Amino acid sequence: MLRTIAVLYVTGLVALPVASVVQHTFADGLAPVIEVITSEDFLAALRLTAIVAGIAVTINTVFGVGMSLLLVRYRFRGRRFISAVIDLPVSISPIVVGVALILVYGSYGWFGGALEDAGFRVIFAVPGMVLATVLVSLPLVLREIVPTLEEAGIEQEQAAQSLGAGPWQRFWRITLPTIKWALAYGVALSLARSMGEFGAVRVVSGSVAGVSQTLTLYVNDSYQEFGAQAQQQAFAAAFVLMAIAVVLIVVIAALRPKEDRS
Amino acid sequence: MSQHPGRSGGRSGEPSGIVVRGVHRKFGDFVALDDVDLEVKPGGLTALLGPSGGGKSTLLRIIAGLDYPDRGTVEIAGQDATFLPPQRRSVGFVFQHYAAFKHLTTARNVAFGLEIRKRPKNEVAEKVQELLELVHLEQFADRLPSQLSGGQRQRMALARALAVEPEVLLLDEPFGALDAKVRKELRDWLRRLHDEVHVTTLFVTHDQEEALEVADEIVVINEGRIEQVGSPGDLYDRPANDFVMSFLGPVTRLAGELVRPHDVEVLLDERAGAVEVTVTKLLRVGYEVRAETLAADGSTPWVQLNRVQVDELGLQVGAVVWLRALVVRAAA
Amino acid sequence: MSLVAQVDRATPTARGRGRRPGELTRGAGLGLGIGVLWLSLLVLLPIAAIVSTAFEDGIAGFWEAITDPEALAAIRFTVGAAALVTLVNAVIGTLIAWVLVRDQFPGKRILEVIIDIPFALPTIVAGLVLITLYGPGGPFGINLVGTQAGVVLALLFVTLPFVVRSVQPVLIDADREVEQAAASLGASGFVIFRRVILPTITPAVVSGAALSFARALGEFGSVILISANLIGKTQVSSSYILKMIESQEPVAAAAVATLLLGVAVVVLVMLDVIQRRTARRG
Repeated sequence: MLRTIAVLYVTGLVALPVASVVQHTFADGLAPVIEVITSEDFLAALRLTAIVAGIAVTINTVFGVGMSLLLVRYRFRGRRFISAVIDLPVSISPIVVGVALILVYGSYGWFGGALEDAGFRVIFAVPGMVLATVLVSLPLVLREIVPTLEEAGIEQEQAAQSLGAGPWQRFWRITLPTIKWALAYGVALSLARSMGEFGAVRVVSGSVAGVSQTLTLYVNDSYQEFGAQAQQQAFAAAFVLMAIAVVLIVVIAALRPKEDRS
Repeated sequence: MSQHPGRSGGRSGEPSGIVVRGVHRKFGDFVALDDVDLEVKPGGLTALLGPSGGGKSTLLRIIAGLDYPDRGTVEIAGQDATFLPPQRRSVGFVFQHYAAFKHLTTARNVAFGLEIRKRPKNEVAEKVQELLELVHLEQFADRLPSQLSGGQRQRMALARALAVEPEVLLLDEPFGALDAKVRKELRDWLRRLHDEVHVTTLFVTHDQEEALEVADEIVVINEGRIEQVGSPGDLYDRPANDFVMSFLGPVTRLAGELVRPHDVEVLLDERAGAVEVTVTKLLRVGYEVRAETLAADGSTPWVQLNRVQVDELGLQVGAVVWLRALVVRAAA
Repeated sequence: MSLVAQVDRATPTARGRGRRPGELTRGAGLGLGIGVLWLSLLVLLPIAAIVSTAFEDGIAGFWEAITDPEALAAIRFTVGAAALVTLVNAVIGTLIAWVLVRDQFPGKRILEVIIDIPFALPTIVAGLVLITLYGPGGPFGINLVGTQAGVVLALLFVTLPFVVRSVQPVLIDADREVEQAAASLGASGFVIFRRVILPTITPAVVSGAALSFARALGEFGSVILISANLIGKTQVSSSYILKMIESQEPVAAAAVATLLLGVAVVVLVMLDVIQRRTARRG
């Protein structure tokens, strides 16, 4: 009984709609899809998505590893506050995230004017999109690493220290191997979130086709246009995003048991 | 690294001692160590014995550089080491929960310190082989720690600590996480190992039996102070105070005096200095018999006897007998 | 070898005392400084900008902005929909978690993977996905575009994993012997659930529900396509904020954003309290 309810609910809400998108995308065969994904605008959007997500994930990985070490291994004033601040951006609307960035780094924002005078444009440019993406995936790496670090404790590092290992040697030889699965899991989650971000990027990008349009914006903009051709673009791009998401889920699912086993 | 000052010590040369002077350590309001002075003899196997929370682990960690004193000094091999970071102290540290490097094989665990010191590969391999043989783990060289038993992991941790030829070897409740049988085996084994390598060894334990059985010298620590230092025999027979006496073996109170229950004479008639009691319970544990009694003053001294003694005395519950201490403790 | 020695020598012994575990070393202190600076530029300043913009025209201005009929309708609808979605998730999410942990059936592994799809799927794609099935020309003949039900459906989609994923590990860890003990004492299935299982999983249900509430409150990408953004009917707060910022009305945008921000902070604090309490008990 319970099983039936669970399966029906999940099927109706998730599985069927996803399957229907696949069917929609390939309704007219493979050729129109290939046409879309080799079009200039699509490729530009794909490239921009890769750049923005790549930079954002790199930043969040470095930040997540460093900050989780600080939060777990050290005691200092404001520790809990910092931890809470890191969690905040994912709990608020992506639109609010975007608006907040505009109010500080936009042309009429607190710093935007000064930055633009210095020749550095943040909002309606790649840096703003990176900032927005970093914000919406800020804690993902960190929250995966923290429990692993806590569970591993400090003794292995102390043992390494008493055997003569300095700080960097301890990090590379002991800490990093300890957290590697959690780190991989966190990176995969961040990548999924970063590639799929829409709202926050929508606010700060301006979404000009071929220039500041990521894949998710491409989907939206195409769908909002009328005509079969535009619909086909939306579905093809959505399918690509979905395929990436499914690959990442599989990677994530494969990583999860390894993390539990350690 | 081999030109480390004082490095001539370790396993090849003269063993080095540890000198602790006036070490004080507070955690908030709690005084963990109260101006502790201690000299650990070179080449010995010394036990730091005391109840939990008595400060023994804190002292060990301060000697290892994993914690620092509020005041006082620590000297290792004649060198002031008080504020040296652990990696420069040349101490081997063995943790209660092994602290095995989970991602490395047994051999790589043991090789760790040597790899850090960038020793040549063949030298490392040779040394690791030698140490694995010493701790009887040669056939487990390629296993991960998760594939070893607790006792094996602890032997690996010991080999790992010995690999870098430390001046002193520090063990923090090394057998505390093991079950009783393995624990007893490892005790004997540590004793024999020490007879072989002679590195100055200091180990923390709260188990008096372990300390009495393994150590050459015992340091009894309680409430942040050293109560007594001496050989196992000394401490058992000539405890400096009631705490040491009651911590290092069974005690019972007879006419207000602490005595060992096996040093009490059971008499069937009244004699000078003997206390009249009624037997309330006879508890047989194998060959031993524990006789519980009730004295007129309401105290309940007990006596440790054996079956032959009980039969000879014809002891029964309800019988009235007289107890007299055989060994009177010299005033400390 | 010399590298190690040099790095170590940098720790001065003459400074009078060494560092205890947990005390910041110079390197860690520097790292913390950089981290805090980064967080300030990235999170704290932008949030401060929102709050200060919201109150640019004083409290009266803020009040006026959030009581604007269009804003009020959007807030009311968003909060109501989020509350409804949270309630549904608390029940069905717990049920799904239960099935995943305690039930064995072919295809369970697939169900596990499908649960994660809403997390990994870009929100705009999620919106598109729902429209193909529950939009015009869908196979069931149901058209939810431009209806409040459509918005609720989108919110249910994106918040599906929260309760499931927070209750699941608790159920896995739950001691089956306690249930068996209860059964041996004569408790019926329902009584065991209410008296033994429910108290164990309640913190996890609440924290999962709180997360889905926060998410639903701020959701944008998955709802814009299906909501058709009808003012006073299906417009959500996020859409309203976007519309205001795009029509150069930062105060109106910031005021509603501040409100959402406040709710998010309350939810986070509540979660922290729950986690602390559970951690103390466990």
